[in-house]
Amino acid sequence: MFDYEVMRLIWWVFIGVVAIAFAVTEGFDFGVCTLLPFVAKSDLERRVVINTVGATWEGNQVWLILLGGAIFAIWPAVYATLFSGLYVAMMLVLFALFFRPAGFDYRSKMPDPEWRNAWDWGLFIGGTLPPVLLGVLAGNLALGLPFHLDADLRPIYDGSFWGLLNPFALFCGVVCLAGTTFHGALFLQCRVEGEIFRRTQAAVHVFGLALLAGLALAALWLFFGLSRPEILHMAALDGPSNPLLKTVSAVGPGWFSHFNSHPWMWLAPVTGFAGLGLAWALAKGEARLWAFAVAGLGIAGILLSIGFALFPFLLISSTDPNSSLTLWDATSSHLTLLWAFWITVVFLPIVLLYTRWVYKVMWGKITEEQVVNDSRTLY
Amino acid sequence: MMGDDIVMLSRLQFGLTALYHFLFVPLTLGLTFILGIMESVYVMTGKQVYKDMTKFWGKLFAINFAMGVTTGITLEFQFGTNWAYYSHYVGDIFGPLLASEGWMAFFLESTFVGLFFFGWDRLTKPQHLLVTWLLAIGTNISALWILIANAWMQHPVGAEFNVETLRMELTSFSEVFFNPVAQVKFVHTVAAGYVTGSMFVLGISSWYLLQGRDIGFARRSFSIAAAFGLASILSVIVLGDESGYTQGETQKVKLAAIEAEWTTEPAPASFTVFGLPNNETQHTDFAVKVPYALGLIATRSIDEQVAGIKELRDGSLQRIKSGVEAYRALQEIRGGDKSADTLALFQAHKDDLGYGLLLKKYAPNVVDATPEMVAQAADDTIPAVGPLFWTFRVMVASGFTMLFIFALAFYYCATRVADQKRWLLKLAVWSIPLPWIAAETGWFVAEYGRQPWTISGVLPTHLSVSNLSSGQLWLSIGGFAFFYTALLVIELYLMQKYVRLGPSSLGSGRYFLETQAKPATE
Ligand code: HDD
Ligand code: HEM
Ligand code: HEM
Repeated sequence: MFDYEVMRLIWWVFIGVVAIAFAVTEGFDFGVCTLLPFVAKSDLERRVVINTVGATWEGNQVWLILLGGAIFAIWPAVYATLFSGLYVAMMLVLFALFFRPAGFDYRSKMPDPEWRNAWDWGLFIGGTLPPVLLGVLAGNLALGLPFHLDADLRPIYDGSFWGLLNPFALFCGVVCLAGTTFHGALFLQCRVEGEIFRRTQAAVHVFGLALLAGLALAALWLFFGLSRPEILHMAALDGPSNPLLKTVSAVGPGWFSHFNSHPWMWLAPVTGFAGLGLAWALAKGEARLWAFAVAGLGIAGILLSIGFALFPFLLISSTDPNSSLTLWDATSSHLTLLWAFWITVVFLPIVLLYTRWVYKVMWGKITEEQVVNDSRTLY
Repeated sequence: MMGDDIVMLSRLQFGLTALYHFLFVPLTLGLTFILGIMESVYVMTGKQVYKDMTKFWGKLFAINFAMGVTTGITLEFQFGTNWAYYSHYVGDIFGPLLASEGWMAFFLESTFVGLFFFGWDRLTKPQHLLVTWLLAIGTNISALWILIANAWMQHPVGAEFNVETLRMELTSFSEVFFNPVAQVKFVHTVAAGYVTGSMFVLGISSWYLLQGRDIGFARRSFSIAAAFGLASILSVIVLGDESGYTQGETQKVKLAAIEAEWTTEPAPASFTVFGLPNNETQHTDFAVKVPYALGLIATRSIDEQVAGIKELRDGSLQRIKSGVEAYRALQEIRGGDKSADTLALFQAHKDDLGYGLLLKKYAPNVVDATPEMVAQAADDTIPAVGPLFWTFRVMVASGFTMLFIFALAFYYCATRVADQKRWLLKLAVWSIPLPWIAAETGWFVAEYGRQPWTISGVLPTHLSVSNLSSGQLWLSIGGFAFFYTALLVIELYLMQKYVRLGPSSLGSGRYFLETQAKPATE
């Protein structure tokens, strides 16, 4: 039951869960920050918007930190190759993230309007640049990255930052931004009233349509325009984690081959499109919380589709296909997977439970009166 | 092989960003605990002033915490971005420790920190108190895991090289968890955090007392800080585990270097309080020695011997030669020779493989190394003595100065005369930077003293880096310099602004700036 190959598969699922949790929690925080300068005009309105995520954004951000930590722990080769190869892109994500903690915490600690306005744009950058760059990254995962492993398994990147900015990947960046903004708008709708609410509704409408159209186009692009490598030979699925022991051909049967051979996998993209479409429709009525929730489900479906399409690849090398990393040969040792498994089985539910409690305590509409009355405590 | 400039720049960047992170970490560790104490008193006595104290010191904590989070993410990214070979080579052991920290600590502190600030009116008193303590516990668990990870780099136990995957792999989680170096490190570093929080509260309260504002508020804060600070500084200086600093080659080398102990002295070793270590002659000029003291500080015993630098270097030389054999055997195994003899040869020498890798700097194919290269590599295992010698003394001097301050502050609190001792109050204000100086120099000793290793005896620093260009590194270092300087200026500005406002910043109408010149006593 806890064989090496089973653990490898389970960990593929777990990391998927963490990635989904990151996308559906920090994603809407990003979206709220992207919308901030546009749906809220006065200082008071902006404080209302910021305080809708004020008490919970830090916890959400830990999903990103954990995603990094889990990839380090479970797929060290992926962590090493990806982070060092995309050095400049990673630094840009990092610098953009700098704006968030200080933006939330420091903005309202001084009354000066210019100071506050500057931080609002800081929050905008911190909420906008990361999803765009992460989308670009997702696009490049499908195209493959130019890297190889030398005989000592040292990852060597053969491309440049500019090479990442190809049309398909840039398009994925835009779609990803539409996604976080849409989800952020759905969240805001549940928490604000009045003028801000009306402006947010417009955002829901526009970004929802953009997202659905963008996703459909990206899927078509993948179907017609891009090919997927194929593993020709590989040691046993419980073999040693040495990626150079396999042979991979650069061209294969295409990105939808898994879906055709395992029709149940279609559930993922169907959930994705149905969830996001339903969210868009529901948001017009009173069931706003439902709209927000099914959108989360939709995002999960989309991420799962990407995972299914790539399976068993984690990182595809476009220059040296044999160096590609898969979930069968780029993991940590069996013992490490087991330890990490038990820690996750115990702590994942605990984290979810207290996170839910915190959301319950802090839930409710944020109004302008509240911000005025509690002006010294709130962000 | 990466050029020396890449290695230097990577070390520079990691060192600076880590030291920067540790400007904020110790204050978080200390203040969360102090907030827990203050709020506990509030819940037990029901006195409003303790709630105000929790809220006011909490405001200063918020300003600090934001920077702790900002700078921590940098460090987590950097293992992958700048130390890619390291990440691949030891990710099997190091990664899970970082992931555990995420599950057990980061979620706890970051989820409850929001509730701490915004939950006052939405929670019952005991619920809010629980939240505050969970926050404090979260920060401490965070320190526990990262320090286990760091201690493993100083003294790697419970792991083994795997010839098929060409990296280190975990063999025993409990050995990693119960690493004696980790225990010493945890106690010392967490207590250093408590000292930092206490010194911060003590110094700022002293300033209010000197100004004659908000006396009741400041006096109570002062007492809590004095009592907690005294207990903490005693833990920093006294508590430890003798095995912590005498296990593992690197720890021994460090100890010899900070003491400039060129040759082994019979136990108990004396401590050189002052002197001018001379790397050329391998002698310490003008040495002023205190008998017994080093043995006590280093090993907490009088019968353990502290090894000297020359002996440690000779030991390294032997291990490097053995490492060459390990490397030779490994190459044959990788070439397809799985004969019992070759495997046995590798087994016999594999603990020294890392020492063999030290030669890669001079001979990319380790087995080609000349005897001069071997000697050179053995010299490399001894870090520069001067910087370690001096930074260590700065830490110790700061420690004893603070012991003096906390002891007197505590004594005068107990005898209820603290606010009359103006010289002590002034000293406390001026001493606010001391815990930071001690902590930063302490990390310098620990990390610089580990050179030339990233993982002591296992992986040399010059192999650990990513395959980057110096242009990329200059770009990132420039970015950090720019953002971190700007953020620090902003942070310090806000800190001093809120310190000056004092509890009046709560807007309760009860404090000095609002009641104007009519000092509130309760
Ligand atoms: C002795 C304690 C200690 C040490 C040595 C380190 N940290 Fe740290 N770190 C903390 C103690 C801490 C903390 C007290 O838990 C912080 C500081 C302030 C805060 O917000 O949490 C934190 C924050 C923090 C965060 C943000 C967490 C969050 O959002 O809650 C990350 C990702 C890291 N750290 C990562 C690291 C890494 C990769 C380190 C090693 C190189 C490191 N820290 C050294
Ligand atoms: C937060 C407190 C820490 C501080 C202040 C600190 C300080 C430093 C310094 C000054 C250096 C540069 C040493 C040199 O000159 O080469 C360094 C290097 C390094 N430290 Fe730390 N360190 C801290 C924590 C950690 C922790 C907890 C880890 C690992 C868990 C770590 C891992 C490293 C690595 C990988 C390097 C670079 C490689 C090397 O030079 O050996 N540091 N650190
Ligand atoms: C006064 C007597 C003190 C002694 C004898 C002492 C001893 C040491 C030693 C031997 C190390 C190196 C550990 C290693 O190489 O891994 C160290 C590190 C360190 N010290 Fe101190 N120290 C003292 C005071 C302080 C004070 C007052 C502080 C801060 C308030 C402090 C903070 C640190 C920190 C943060 C580290 C790095 C983490 C670690 O390695 O534990 N120390 N100390």
